[in-house]
Amino acid sequence: MECARTAERELDPESADWLRRLSAGDGPRREAEGELHARLLRIALAEVRRRSAGTPVTGPELDDLAHQAAADAMLAILAKLAGFRGESRFMTWAYRFVILEVSSKLGRHYWRNPPVALDAGQWELLPDRLGIDPQQHAESAAILAEVRRVIDEELTAHQRRVFTAIVVDQIPLDALADRLGLQRNAIYKVIFDARRKIRRALVANGYLDEQG
Amino acid sequence: MSDLERLDRFLRTDPRDVGCDEAMAVLHIYVDITVEGGDAAERYPGVAAHLLACGPCAEDFAGLLAAVARD
Repeated sequence: MECARTAERELDPESADWLRRLSAGDGPRREAEGELHARLLRIALAEVRRRSAGTPVTGPELDDLAHQAAADAMLAILAKLAGFRGESRFMTWAYRFVILEVSSKLGRHYWRNPPVALDAGQWELLPDRLGIDPQQHAESAAILAEVRRVIDEELTAHQRRVFTAIVVDQIPLDALADRLGLQRNAIYKVIFDARRKIRRALVANGYLDEQG
Repeated sequence: MSDLERLDRFLRTDPRDVGCDEAMAVLHIYVDITVEGGDAAERYPGVAAHLLACGPCAEDFAGLLAAVARD
């Protein structure tokens, strides 16, 4: 595991100062928490704006989402403060919480006004999704048919549902994870395995090279 | 790029890919190395492989980089 290779390092002065203030008595701690929350909120607002083109969430709902992300990130940071090992700057470590909260909340909020329903199965879009034009070459049509056969016959029902949602219907991965009550990694692994299965079949049929 | 090359690129998986959980666990370290001009991909090749293949994690990486740059 690559993360086992990370080494603790001496804290930089700014990180040490944040840790000291956030662990201090009531007054100084509350002041530091207020400063940290303000910075998390600023980052959350900037991040939802950076991502606004890729989400159906808009307007005041996007700002509300940023406020919720900052508040939840703040709670997580304070709960995990003792786990900060100085492997990065404190503020980079803290900002990671708010960025991940924004991702997760955008996924959840997607379902309030989804452009595509779960299990829509827009199979007519598969050629576009895979970047294949079956009208162009006979081989492209055969490849597409083989991809469809593997999806129908070799993927499990769960793999097929996830592949359809992510690749065919292009539902955001975090939105699907939220809807199915799964972690992002679980969805990614399903798609990873499905890609391998489809590629293996195309290699076996001589459409793709083993090594490439 | 031909249709076939595009499809192959989509289907090809990298055995070094560590997955979302492990990549996100070290994202802050990966970002600091990047910001400091280091070679994060050399230190974490499995994370680099993952960020090339996983859109949502790549988006989080871009977001954290932007956040740190904003400071």
